[in-house]
Amino acid sequence: MIRFYGVSKVYQNGVTALNNINLHIRKGEFLFLVGPSGAGKSTLTKLIFREELPTRGQVIFSGKNVARMRHGEIPYLRRKIGMVFQDFRLLPQKKVWENVAFALEVTGVSRREIKRRVPEALKMVGLEDKAGMLPTQLSGGEQQRVGIARAMINNPSLLVADEPTGNLDPETSWELMNLFQEINQRGTTIIMATHAWDIVDKLKKRVVALNCGQIVRDEEGGGYRDEA
Amino acid sequence: MRLSTIGYYFREAFSSLVRNSWLSLASVGTVTVSLLILGFSLLLVLNADRMAATLESSVEISAFLHSGVKQAQITSLEQEIKALPGVTEVRYVSKEQALTEMRQSFGQRKDILDGLDKDNPLPDAFRIKTQQAGQVPGVAAKIQTFSGVDEVRYGRGVVEKLLAVTHWIRVAGMAIMIALAAAAVFLISTTIRMSVFARRREISIMKFLGATNWFVRFPFLLEGMVLGLAGSLLAGLAVYFGYFSLARHVNETLPFIPLVTGMQYLLIMLGGLIALGLLIGALGSAISIRRFLNV
Repeated sequence: MIRFYGVSKVYQNGVTALNNINLHIRKGEFLFLVGPSGAGKSTLTKLIFREELPTRGQVIFSGKNVARMRHGEIPYLRRKIGMVFQDFRLLPQKKVWENVAFALEVTGVSRREIKRRVPEALKMVGLEDKAGMLPTQLSGGEQQRVGIARAMINNPSLLVADEPTGNLDPETSWELMNLFQEINQRGTTIIMATHAWDIVDKLKKRVVALNCGQIVRDEEGGGYRDEA
Repeated sequence: MRLSTIGYYFREAFSSLVRNSWLSLASVGTVTVSLLILGFSLLLVLNADRMAATLESSVEISAFLHSGVKQAQITSLEQEIKALPGVTEVRYVSKEQALTEMRQSFGQRKDILDGLDKDNPLPDAFRIKTQQAGQVPGVAAKIQTFSGVDEVRYGRGVVEKLLAVTHWIRVAGMAIMIALAAAAVFLISTTIRMSVFARRREISIMKFLGATNWFVRFPFLLEGMVLGLAGSLLAGLAVYFGYFSLARHVNETLPFIPLVTGMQYLLIMLGGLIALGLLIGALGSAISIRRFLNV
């Protein structure tokens, strides 16, 4: 589904964020990106949805070279990728259902279609009875559920989550992880950058560890830290 | 484009207008003033041109005769004048005819002339037209020497002066209009920059949700165009009603001044003002979209 070929990223200020990354993520996988802050986890996710361009190398998503994509194609790439962020990125003045509907609105989906699909998405994340509330009236975990509903409403084949539980307490984090696993079981590929070592250790998914912009470990069913 | 999307554009544009209401008001005001000046200077030029044309076509020589000139002498004078080089038309106007013509040009106020019928002070005259306006002075000088001719007159320099005035109205009106239009473009671009800034979070979310660049840009473009349109509509209304009440006034008190009141000119001009307002708005927002909306 996604392949990185010899990808390096050097930012304008001279910082090398990624150095010669080769990585193949298969369809349906659940992959944890781990590593210390500044190891290049965020940069790696940003390359997938063309928030950043690689300095060298290729990023192939669904057979398309993301780095060589024309400007006009980028929005259509992003509609195939759901994104979840540590800070939720909800619009505070819009109600819960409006926040979810926004993802359809900006892609020109009809009102009727929006009215049909938004409740479904809210039901999936268990917030159907909070549709009319504002994000500020929700707990952190609930806000992130809104973020997940918004990310999933276009039925993306890939979900990219950058530290989705970073601002949440352990119990809430586990509830969200169950939701992510459900989504993965329905066939959506998930790439998750995280510092939550207990979650990584327990779920035994594929773990890619980055350090100083390089892959130092790529282990199926691995833990947060190298066993050795 | 879907109807719901168009609805979205308008909602977004108007919510921004309300959010930046003071700046929006200032932009609209500037557009209004600049287009108001353009509108009135255009009307001034249009009328001055019309007046110049009227005067130019009526640059004719009037040769007034001594009172008591006999009919035979009048006939021979007419022949003599016709024979002068450059003369194209000679028309004899008796004092009675002159009074009738004057009545017509005074229109509703012709009552001023009542009582002149018995003791008509106007002289008999010849009205002479030449091929070119430049021949007027020479012909006039010759006619002055003919016997029986009392006085020769023509509208010396009036046309030239009027054309010079219209030229300056045109230049000054244009200069002021351009300066104000530039200010309007600047103000609108500032308004748009503010609304881009106020919504930068929303814009970044829209982008990762896969909104196309035009979907992000369009509400801002629309906002600028609404500002320009509002300004130009205000200016158009002010020009329209201002000018028509002026024209009615002039018509009542100074009936001999031929103001342009043809709707075809005015409608073209109002249409032009509105188009220009939209253009100013679009230009202002385009500048800010290019510079501050990084999509």
